Amino acid sequence: MTPLLEVEDLRVAYGKIEAVKGISFTVPAGQVVTLIGTNGAGKTTTLRTLSGLLTPRTGKITFDGHPLNGVPAHKIVERGLAHSPEGRRLFPRLTIAENLQLGAFLRKDTAGITRDIQRVYDLFPILGERRRQPSGTLSGGEQQMLAMGRALMSRPKLLMLDEPSMGLSPIMMQKIMDTIRELRTQGTTILLVEQNAQAALSLADEGHVMETGRIVLSGTGAHLLHDASVRKAYLGED
Amino acid sequence: MTELPQQLANGLILGAMYGLIAIGYTMVYGIVQLINFAHGEIFMVGGFGALTVYLALPTGTTLALALPAMLLGGITVSVLIGVAAERFAYRPLRGAPRLAPLITAIGLSIALQQAIWKWYPDGKQARVFPQFKGHALTLLGATVQRGDLFVLLAAPLCMTALGLFVARTRSGRAMQATAQDPDTARLMGIDTDRIIVLAFAIGAAFAGIAAVAYGLRTGEVQFRMGFIMGLKAFTAAVLGGIGNIYGAMLGGLVLGVAESLATAYIEHIPGMQQFGGGAWKDVWAFVLLILVLLLRPQGLLGERVADRA
Repeated sequence: MTPLLEVEDLRVAYGKIEAVKGISFTVPAGQVVTLIGTNGAGKTTTLRTLSGLLTPRTGKITFDGHPLNGVPAHKIVERGLAHSPEGRRLFPRLTIAENLQLGAFLRKDTAGITRDIQRVYDLFPILGERRRQPSGTLSGGEQQMLAMGRALMSRPKLLMLDEPSMGLSPIMMQKIMDTIRELRTQGTTILLVEQNAQAALSLADEGHVMETGRIVLSGTGAHLLHDASVRKAYLGED
Repeated sequence: MTELPQQLANGLILGAMYGLIAIGYTMVYGIVQLINFAHGEIFMVGGFGALTVYLALPTGTTLALALPAMLLGGITVSVLIGVAAERFAYRPLRGAPRLAPLITAIGLSIALQQAIWKWYPDGKQARVFPQFKGHALTLLGATVQRGDLFVLLAAPLCMTALGLFVARTRSGRAMQATAQDPDTARLMGIDTDRIIVLAFAIGAAFAGIAAVAYGLRTGEVQFRMGFIMGLKAFTAAVLGGIGNIYGAMLGGLVLGVAESLATAYIEHIPGMQQFGGGAWKDVWAFVLLILVLLLRPQGLLGERVADRA
């Protein structure tokens, strides 16, 4: 079976500085694939390129059987690829409900949208309680819930999450990771970018370690979690 | 002080025009952080658009009948020029250093002024704009010319329509999202290029309406009229808090009233005789701007905006 997302020899540069130096990986349907690595490894650049915000220098991106190269960002979400960006990036002066509605911007099925908003509120009850509040007033963890909920509102085939655990308390992080696991059980395909390698690898089917723009190590989540070099570099063990 | 109602009325009429023009500055700035210094000229060409329609109508058409067509003509010309400016002058410079679009805007201003000066029939002089006939009306103790009723009706109607558009429609919400975070708006599936065009078009349409109001009030249009009106409207937008549509209208009204009151009363303040009268009104308008920038830099209704990511 062909994978849902296929990335071949992707290179992305900011001016003369190459941030992603020829990476290839796939995301099979129904799985959680994670990219881990330190700051500046090129993980966020990779996601921003996949969602069309950046233009690759070379490389081929195939999503659901169709090339994504040259497709503008606002058309990519239409194809079923949703991106919850680094730092949440909510619309701070719009309410929680309005943020969620924007997540469904391209959908026309009003009844379905209402039902999906309710699903997000069921998943994260605190969002339902505060639906009329501007999203800028939420705490970091609540903002992350909303960012994930907003990305889910487009009913994506592939959900890309960029550092969902960033800046969260351990309890909140556990909640977010549980949610990702739950989404996976429901059949959502997820591409997860994380600095928190332990959390990401323990729920991923497959993982890739990135360093300065390259993938240096790949394997199943369980395998990488027990790999000596990963444990040393990313999990703080001697 | 018996003339106070009159001064307030004059100020509000002038301020409503500033406010309508200021919407264009504030919407474009809110979405692309560009100060479209050619906006005063987009206002000016709207006046000529309306005049052209009037001259094309059969002689003897009453102004009341002609007005809707003139309005449509003014709005059309302003919107066409505004949208063309975005498409051909500003869009290619997106991502360029900020000075580049600014210089482009100034160049575009000069080009539009000179185009009217050179090619509009008798464009080198002020062209007479039709006036409403009949006695002035008395409203709440102030004398109001019939032509000025236009802007007193148009401004609140336009603001209500714009407010509803932004808050209630899908495109309006997309516009708010684009203003708050353009990249993320694209991730939602919003075609931000289209939203930018829409912001330019709405701003230009309001400028076209303001140009008709200006023509009706002053009885003329001329190629230079966009300069000072544009500058004042820009001041109004900053005064109200740039990026905020209600701020733009409020800033316009405050500026108009301040100008009007300064013209009338400053000369009565002992020791200030030489600073009163119409000759000093622009000075007082900009003094007000400087005071607001010093005391409340975000403007009357502006929020202290945290740095964009």
